[in-house]
Amino acid sequence: MKVKDLINLGFESVHEADFERDVICVYCCDLLSWVMGRAPADSAWITVMGNMNAVAVSVLADIAVIILAENMVIDDAAIAKAKEQGVNILRTDKPAFEAALLIHNNLDVDE
Amino acid sequence: MNVLELHYDVPGDDFTRAGEASSAIKNKLKQMGISPNVIRNVAIATYEGEINMVIHANGGTIDVAIDSDAVTLLLKDTGDGIPDVELAMREGYTTAKEEIRALGFGAGMGLPNMKKYTDEFELTSEVGKGTEVKMKVYLNK
Repeated sequence: MKVKDLINLGFESVHEADFERDVICVYCCDLLSWVMGRAPADSAWITVMGNMNAVAVSVLADIAVIILAENMVIDDAAIAKAKEQGVNILRTDKPAFEAALLIHNNLDVDE
Repeated sequence: MNVLELHYDVPGDDFTRAGEASSAIKNKLKQMGISPNVIRNVAIATYEGEINMVIHANGGTIDVAIDSDAVTLLLKDTGDGIPDVELAMREGYTTAKEEIRALGFGAGMGLPNMKKYTDEFELTSEVGKGTEVKMKVYLNK
């Protein structure tokens, strides 16, 4: 599936860098080092950590898209960083588990 | 093959800039056509090191050397040093303060991640003087 397919599933766009990018799996966690070490490349990362360090982690760990769960806000500095570094960010009102389940169930959408 | 050397200063106590050196290194390796796996491993190791320097050591330096065999990383700081390296290497062990943990850091995974994502890892630390981490990521595995 691609990041743009998540929009069709009801996720809201916060910052679009490259919505054609492939998403191969889902990862949920809020501890940044944990995410660095364990989130697979090209994953959709669901978190409530809406700061610029989350954006930095996403760049360095090759994450396809950050998804802010439970309508978490992200600060302006983080959005600016996402623009500069080309990071996709989406938002949902769903809790992390429900968002992850929804994505997981749709992963094979265009295969 | 020539060795390419890069040097970066990591400012202390500035979380807004943490990751800049790692991003710059990542972009440089990309330009050189190095494989994405190697780049990702280097990026994770340098970012964890950078964050450690910001949290614990009031900044430091990162030196990168790239030759035909490997990316060699040398991270140095003049912080307080690590009294018990074995304990610091344990997954989940952290001395980060509460306000740092609130930012999502301090999971106690920094040093373990650096070791996990590199092929060679050597840490030397002296209390009161600082810490040095030397890491290598091989280009061909």
